[in-house]
Amino acid sequence: MQSIRVPRPTTVASPSATPAWSRDLLIFIAFIAPNVVTLCVFSYWPMIRNLWLSFTYWDMIAPEPLWIGLDNWVEVLTSATFWTVLGNTLVFTVGSVGITIMISLALSLLLNQKRVGRNLVRAAMFAPAILPGSAIALVWTFLLAPYYGLISQAATGLGMPMTRWQNDPVWAMPTVILVVIWKTTGYDAVIFLAGLQGIPRELYEAARVDGANAWQRFVNVTVPGLSPVAFFLTVTSILSSFQAFDVIRVMTGGGPVFATTTLIYQVYSEAFVGFNAGRAATYATILFGLMLAITVVQIRMVEKRVTYE
Amino acid sequence: MNSVTFASASRISSKSTDLPRATSQMRASRLAGAIAAYLGLGLALVIVGIPTYWVIIGALKTNREIYTVPSTWWPPNPAWSNFPAAWAAAPFTRMYLNSIAVTLVSTTLKLVNATFCAYAFAYLQIPGRNLIFMFILGALMIPEEVTVLPNYLTVASLGYVNSITGLILPTIGSAFGTFFLRQHFLSLPREVIEAARVDGAGHLQILWHVVLPLSRPVLATLILLTAVARWNDFLWPLVVTSKDTMRTLPVGIFFLFTQEGTTEWGVVLAGTIIVIAPIIALFIVVQRHLVEGIASGAVKG
Repeated sequence: MQSIRVPRPTTVASPSATPAWSRDLLIFIAFIAPNVVTLCVFSYWPMIRNLWLSFTYWDMIAPEPLWIGLDNWVEVLTSATFWTVLGNTLVFTVGSVGITIMISLALSLLLNQKRVGRNLVRAAMFAPAILPGSAIALVWTFLLAPYYGLISQAATGLGMPMTRWQNDPVWAMPTVILVVIWKTTGYDAVIFLAGLQGIPRELYEAARVDGANAWQRFVNVTVPGLSPVAFFLTVTSILSSFQAFDVIRVMTGGGPVFATTTLIYQVYSEAFVGFNAGRAATYATILFGLMLAITVVQIRMVEKRVTYE
Repeated sequence: MNSVTFASASRISSKSTDLPRATSQMRASRLAGAIAAYLGLGLALVIVGIPTYWVIIGALKTNREIYTVPSTWWPPNPAWSNFPAAWAAAPFTRMYLNSIAVTLVSTTLKLVNATFCAYAFAYLQIPGRNLIFMFILGALMIPEEVTVLPNYLTVASLGYVNSITGLILPTIGSAFGTFFLRQHFLSLPREVIEAARVDGAGHLQILWHVVLPLSRPVLATLILLTAVARWNDFLWPLVVTSKDTMRTLPVGIFFLFTQEGTTEWGVVLAGTIIVIAPIIALFIVVQRHLVEGIASGAVKG
């Protein structure tokens, strides 16, 4: 402890009956106040305000929002748009998370073998995860451009009809999902890889001694060993897929028509394209409710596993 | 050190027992496994490599080359002029400064918030602190995407639309960082902190001279994660800025694209590279630390 050069004179314990912690109370408040205040103003208060705004009509120009009770909720929940958007969110989430998890698991198994060049592959696959989504969306827009885009040229070379990928009502969603998979697979693979390396080597040795073949070792050692990591990844990926915005904004703008409008995109477009604060807040509250439900389920399942083990 | 030598010794011994057993059939299946593995690794490299390569040479192509089918895989006369053209088409100097300022200040403030808060929850025994800690953790469940409209209204009412302050303000609270650092602080040897306290060190001194020096790798990981997220942020900067000169880079290239459209791809791609290149350069330097930090944080947390 040489680094502490100036020891403060020890304060004499006060003879009065004040508890020991009261001396730390002020410094505790000083240490946590800035963070607590910021979180109150920019995390908690917005949720309350969203809920309140969802009972109003407001174009963000009129001086005051107009109270309209449950009108927004009735209107949103009975509209075809809401169910389309909810369906899109589900398709986007299941598609991007499911496929990413499978590919990244396979990739992590490859990266876990002692092969030449695996560090290069790991770094190359990881890189898209730290690049701006908007830049990646532009890269893919160029690759997918009709006629002169590399992928369009390859597709026509293989005899496929010319497709306007992200501008095609059928192809738009798969295209956006593909780009998100491309961006996130390396990140998930790195986390799977850490999980794989955390499985004790002795378990594999024991299975080998018992005569288990490679497949049996995978099913009986790797899969159970990885399941906590897989669970963690699935939940965090679902939550972050609900927040995926930049790729959709740049590649499709939520279209064509509503083909790639997810809940978060709908919040944005109701608020900042349609200037309907009440409806945007309604969608935001629904999105928040969904994410909260998933988080609660996650906490429940983690608790269950901890108690059973 | 002991465990390392032990592990490598066991690996050698298992290898030597394997070898005599290796029949030609086993050797063949091992070869097949190796071929499959390298095919897989090669495929992964191609899937990342080809788009990257295509964008780089695309940025060096003239319009005529870009829109000619079939495309050339190598531009005979690299059109370097796309880069100055991109720099002129959007206020890149200004956008770079905006991105740097927002990332630096936001990351610093967020980290300061997280550090003090985590210290308080790890080392200060205050009744009811667990309740307050739960309150902070609760903010983890509120993603910034959901708060974008009310935060816009708040920032607008403060008059910070189209300002660096507006870009930074809603991003400086830290729920994840507080949790992440508190976990680490709790894992530090208690005796060291007790010893410092007995020596008469105040909390600021303990934090600065004891806790932080013991937390360098964890802090580095947190700084990197925060900085990358801030640099790449899209939705909030898109919403809170409307002037060209206040945009950050990720939003700026989007507007470069909407302005130049699909008719000036060379310029748009050059702009994309201008945005990506520094991140890739930084990534190459910190790659190992970042990847391992994320992996260990995810698996432990």
